[in-house]
Amino acid sequence: MTKARAFGFTVAAVCLLAPGLPASISAAAEEPKAQAGQPSHGEPEISSQGWSFTGPLGTFDNAQLQRGYQVYKEVCSNCHSMRLLSYRNLGEKGGPEFPPEAVEALAGQVQVTDGPNDKGEMYQRPARPSDRLRSPFPNPEAARAGNNGALPPDLSVIGKARPGGPDYIYALLTGYHAPPAGFQLAPGMYYNAAFPGNQIAMPPPLSDGIVSYGDGTKPTVDNYARDVSAYLMWAAEPKLEERHEIGARVMVFLIVFAVIMFLAKRVVWARLHEHTAPSV
Amino acid sequence: MADTTPITPANMPLPDSDEPTRRDVIMVAAGGFAAAGAALALWPLLDQMNPDQSALSLATTEVDLAHVEPGQAVTVMWRGKPIFIRHRTDAEIAAAQDLPVDDLPDPLARNANLPDNALATDENRTTKGREPWLVMIGICTHLGCIPKGQAVGDYKGEYGGWFCPCHGSQYDTAGRVRKGPAPQNMAIPPYAYLSDTKVKIG
Amino acid sequence: MEHSSTYQPTSGFGKWIDTRLPIPRVMYTQFITFPTPRNLNYWWTFGGILTFMLVAQIATGVVLAMHYVATPELAFDSVEHIMRDVSWGWLMRYSHAVGGSMFFLAAYIHTFRGLYYGSYKAPREVLWILGVLILLLMIATAFMGYSLVWGQMSFWAVTVITNLFSSLDAVVPGLGTRLVEWIWGGFAVGGPMLNRLYSLHYLFPFLIAGVVALHIWALHMPGNNNPTGIDVKGARDVVPFHPYYTIKDGFALVLFAIVFAALVFYGPNTLGHPDNYIPANPLQTPQHIVPEWYFLPFYAILRAIPNKLFGVAGLIGGIAILFFVPWLDTSRVRSTRYRPIYKWFFWAFVITCFVLGYLGSQPPEGAYLIFGRIFTAYYFLFFLVVMPVVGWIEKPKALPGSITEAVFGPEEAQASSEPAPRRREAEAVL
Repeated sequence: MTKARAFGFTVAAVCLLAPGLPASISAAAEEPKAQAGQPSHGEPEISSQGWSFTGPLGTFDNAQLQRGYQVYKEVCSNCHSMRLLSYRNLGEKGGPEFPPEAVEALAGQVQVTDGPNDKGEMYQRPARPSDRLRSPFPNPEAARAGNNGALPPDLSVIGKARPGGPDYIYALLTGYHAPPAGFQLAPGMYYNAAFPGNQIAMPPPLSDGIVSYGDGTKPTVDNYARDVSAYLMWAAEPKLEERHEIGARVMVFLIVFAVIMFLAKRVVWARLHEHTAPSV
Repeated sequence: MADTTPITPANMPLPDSDEPTRRDVIMVAAGGFAAAGAALALWPLLDQMNPDQSALSLATTEVDLAHVEPGQAVTVMWRGKPIFIRHRTDAEIAAAQDLPVDDLPDPLARNANLPDNALATDENRTTKGREPWLVMIGICTHLGCIPKGQAVGDYKGEYGGWFCPCHGSQYDTAGRVRKGPAPQNMAIPPYAYLSDTKVKIG
Repeated sequence: MEHSSTYQPTSGFGKWIDTRLPIPRVMYTQFITFPTPRNLNYWWTFGGILTFMLVAQIATGVVLAMHYVATPELAFDSVEHIMRDVSWGWLMRYSHAVGGSMFFLAAYIHTFRGLYYGSYKAPREVLWILGVLILLLMIATAFMGYSLVWGQMSFWAVTVITNLFSSLDAVVPGLGTRLVEWIWGGFAVGGPMLNRLYSLHYLFPFLIAGVVALHIWALHMPGNNNPTGIDVKGARDVVPFHPYYTIKDGFALVLFAIVFAALVFYGPNTLGHPDNYIPANPLQTPQHIVPEWYFLPFYAILRAIPNKLFGVAGLIGGIAILFFVPWLDTSRVRSTRYRPIYKWFFWAFVITCFVLGYLGSQPPEGAYLIFGRIFTAYYFLFFLVVMPVVGWIEKPKALPGSITEAVFGPEEAQASSEPAPRRREAEAVL
């Protein structure tokens, strides 16, 4: 292959692949991949669900995120903190996008600790949008004491902190089954098909009807699991939509720029061939 | 048979200087894209220094005024700044109200709750129905010192308001500058009363 | 052939600066008119790409440092604060993290180019050594930067790698432990360690910049190598760096930026590890401690050797061996293009690096460990045996007479008469 042909092929390949790069990277990559090389016993089955936010053009479904927040608030927040989020995030663009009055109301429903006041005492007051989400326990020791020694992890970035991301969270929440025959379940533990090692300290948190949805969505464990998984993915990546949007413009800019630079390079180098030996 | 001519700019093959315009278009386009790309890349690097979302989200402070007697004052922090809240006596209120605005060095109210062109009447520096209370950002508008006048024993200047020890600016009982190098009246922050004894700043 | 000229700046301001500090003159001779071989291929664009990446990492890094807090209590949260609240914080953080990977991608390609075309051979030995020094500084910088996140992987990578120094206890009892405590500033990895990692991570890129300046200086003494490996013999073999290579490097940079942007905007965590989104817990080790992809080959070498001290020696040796390449390779011919036997070993070495990279990500047991040992053996054999022996016994292919002959063919090079060079009164501007 001559130099020119090799070069032309490479450029064409890059320009053809460039638009596909975001898609191919994004399709598998937006959530952390399930790891290879996991222990051979109890290998969790994590199948990939269809989410509205996967792919380079993916966006969140506001209504789903709002339902997910409701599930978090009514079920999960009794044990799990989300201390990196603030109530105002619930109203910001790219998320559940609750209207401002709803954000004030959601915050106001919760009592948070503030102070010290002039007497030096800490006191309780209703939360404001600028406050962080209230943690159920004041410190990890209290959390352990309230949960048989197990520490319920903070859920702020859990969507990125587990291989499989929202797929894994969904699989875990819907993975509570009776253990297979002969499986040794330690006392206080529950069998879960998705959790590494298959034994989890968290009792099954969801059951049909435990949360009543206001928008007509069926109150099933499957829907709760889906909605809260999507919500947790947003909580981990609140800038996902903005990132995709800006990314699209950047990719277009760069691809056009690449074409222009390719032509400019050829223009400049053509002068060289004019002056010296005619090109072979 | 190596060519041993030293390589200097004089004998290196050079691009042509007379060119068809099509070449210029592409080179200009390339340069333009490069400049645009550089500007677009530079903007986030500069914008990130602006106050971030957590600072911008209106952090509010609630203040309990129940124990502040006439003649007393409290100082609270809001957005990193001191807020002077003074419970003015009748004499202080009268001194503030009884004044033509034209005599003031700064005739504007500087009140975030009012339009920018509002005049510095005592009415525009306080809330209707709560005239004894003055809520003000306690930073001298000259070079940013914190004026004296909040504590009972402080020297309050000739006008009974506040006195800035750094360069001698004097403020009256409505926080308006009367003498000295300060160019503006001390600013009134956004605030609202939640009840007779509670005010929310910001 | 060191390039100098009698260039005088044209503008009054230019002259004023030039007589006081010859930067205009230096910039002009070294980056505008610098005679560069006319036949450089796209593997030569990665030097420019690397310079861009260094600037990009410093720019994003300085900006991140305005918001990051280097204490164990706040480090992880401060990174999330950057991601959520700081204007464009997510973009700065992802660009910096992905940028580290892109920096290594370019550096490895740049290094392989040097190996393939014999760019390390005389008189470019110091150029090569400075390059390996830059690679070493990059490795240290990247390791420290990753640790600042203070996630589980950050914390445990620091613990594992600093603990390696305790292997010196086998040489002098107590020395290794003492050294590790000195590094930690304590009896375990904690606050003091994090703070010093931050301080040094901020410092090292500027050391890299200094060595890069020396690297370019060392390059400009003999001038660039080229794909044929033969020296420049005359004016027809070269072109001025500007506009030919400025535009070509610019084009390559945009292509590189496309890959960079695709990752930042559509797969920012693809090259990372989910465990680093778990805040560091000194009481719980992750199941598998895995470094970032660019360290995996060296990690595989470390774990392939069963003895702790020799494993560390292998890790350091794997990088240090690069310093000696100019003397290990005995070939009289620079470019692998003309080395029919060596080229097979070279490509086997490239494959070895990829395989070791994969093995570094797997648990060091069973078949993974066996292959890890086999490929580690080849890695070292390539430098210590193949380079000296093959260079000595190989009969290289015939080299072209000149670069121009390589580009145009022997008949054309002889037959065509050189056109009169254009006079340069005014400097050519595009």
